[in-house]
Amino acid sequence: MLYFDSAATTPMRPQVLDAMLPYLRENFYNPSAVYTPSRKIRAAIDDSRLVIANALNAKTEEIFFTSGGTESDNWAIKGMLERGRHVITTQTEHHGILYVCKNLEKKGFDITYLPVDGEGFVRTEDLEAAVREDTALVTIMFANNEVGTIQPIKKFTEITARKKIPFHTDAVQAVGHVPIDVEELGVQMLSLSAHKFGGPKGVGALYVKKGTPLFSIFQGGAQERNRRAGTENVAGIVGIATALQLATDELPMQFARVTAMRDKLIHEIISTIPHTVLNGAKGGNRLPGNVNISFRFIEGESLLLHLDMQGCCASTGSACSSGALEPSHVLMAMGVGHELANGAIRFSLGPENSDDDIADLMKILKPAVEQLRALSPLYDDFLKKEIS
Amino acid sequence: MEYSEQVMDHFMNPRNVREMEDASGVGTVGNVKCGDIMRVYLKIQNDVVTDASFKTFGCGAAVATSSMATEMVKGKTIAEVVKITNAAVMDALDGLPKVKAHCSVLAEEAVHAALWDYAQKNGLTIEGLKPPKEGDEH
Repeated sequence: MLYFDSAATTPMRPQVLDAMLPYLRENFYNPSAVYTPSRKIRAAIDDSRLVIANALNAKTEEIFFTSGGTESDNWAIKGMLERGRHVITTQTEHHGILYVCKNLEKKGFDITYLPVDGEGFVRTEDLEAAVREDTALVTIMFANNEVGTIQPIKKFTEITARKKIPFHTDAVQAVGHVPIDVEELGVQMLSLSAHKFGGPKGVGALYVKKGTPLFSIFQGGAQERNRRAGTENVAGIVGIATALQLATDELPMQFARVTAMRDKLIHEIISTIPHTVLNGAKGGNRLPGNVNISFRFIEGESLLLHLDMQGCCASTGSACSSGALEPSHVLMAMGVGHELANGAIRFSLGPENSDDDIADLMKILKPAVEQLRALSPLYDDFLKKEIS
Repeated sequence: MEYSEQVMDHFMNPRNVREMEDASGVGTVGNVKCGDIMRVYLKIQNDVVTDASFKTFGCGAAVATSSMATEMVKGKTIAEVVKITNAAVMDALDGLPKVKAHCSVLAEEAVHAALWDYAQKNGLTIEGLKPPKEGDEH
């Protein structure tokens, strides 16, 4: 099995499972209870919060556990709406942000979707121009899930800090993979999700800087200092902390290693398969594990199926594969044309991948592309134009 | 979303893939915007489709429906071919995921477009055959 879909989810680290299991067995007590056994559970949550805080250079009271990236994103937006009727975001956000904003539009909110350039970057001047008196929040993703473009968040927060507007970033793709320091970034909120860095699914966190006027969207018990009701997912919380600790410890080494594999894969594809185009950032501001390539004359899903038949997992945001019949909103916003957008494939690498995986992938990929091009009327038309 | 074994077979081993130099009629439908382009070639002799082939840019279902459609039209009279519906192509493939039903419609339209091309070239009128759609209707 060749796995190139780490941006979708990562395998859980064995140490993470080991750390979680006691909280699914003997350490089952409700952390809010007053008796002695529950104190140990409370302590495990506190310890986990400290780990997350340290990894992000935050304070423990600024970390709130959630059910994952989607909840964190929803909370960051919906909890800010009492500040104003206007929200600024981008055209290339994850659906966890984008569809919340689309839904708000229906309820009468004004949403500005900032455009991006050909590599997926938001221009600071566009943000500067979009800010209004009644802007409740600016939310711009740290790194794009499809094309890996890492935004210059610090430049954006310099603008929002001047105008005293809270800034949220969806850092689900970045945490555990690139160094993140919330103080240095100047963000008021940041979303993360455990299963993107070797932790379990169904748990995440939202960093909320002290003093940020974020309202609760879950009412009920007094958990998470009265801001997020619901009995804690204790095993999940221990899991996210263990995973982030491991990822943070290994980050300098894995960042270099995965980046080298990424660049090797990009080079192999572009230099050995004709009519291929790299989508996203060309320079260093790209997630270490992200490779997004358009294969001209063929459609992404058909290539994915070919790869799948040979035991290789990759993904696409393109038309058919997602069940939606629209090409990737990210690629369209970047100005990639329909044909190239429909032929885009994302290979996302993680610490589990090796150079051997890349060699094995190339052995499968080249003939699959050739086979599909032999089927393509667009390729026929192209060859005829070449001759004439 | 899952494809039937029939669909996967016709996708991985598509039948009748080639350009046909001496085709009696050629029909191209779809566009890159919708993500699928099908080109169907028909060889017609004495009102009978004696050969059919295709080229398709598109997803697994698009390739499989084109492959199946070209198999189904071979040996049939023009009158019979006009009556082959997208539902018949889908049935022959043991069904398609709901979101992929439009691929079978495209296959039907590609066959009809090739027949229309044949009729135009030969000054014929084929009963029940409508002119192909243009532009972004898919």
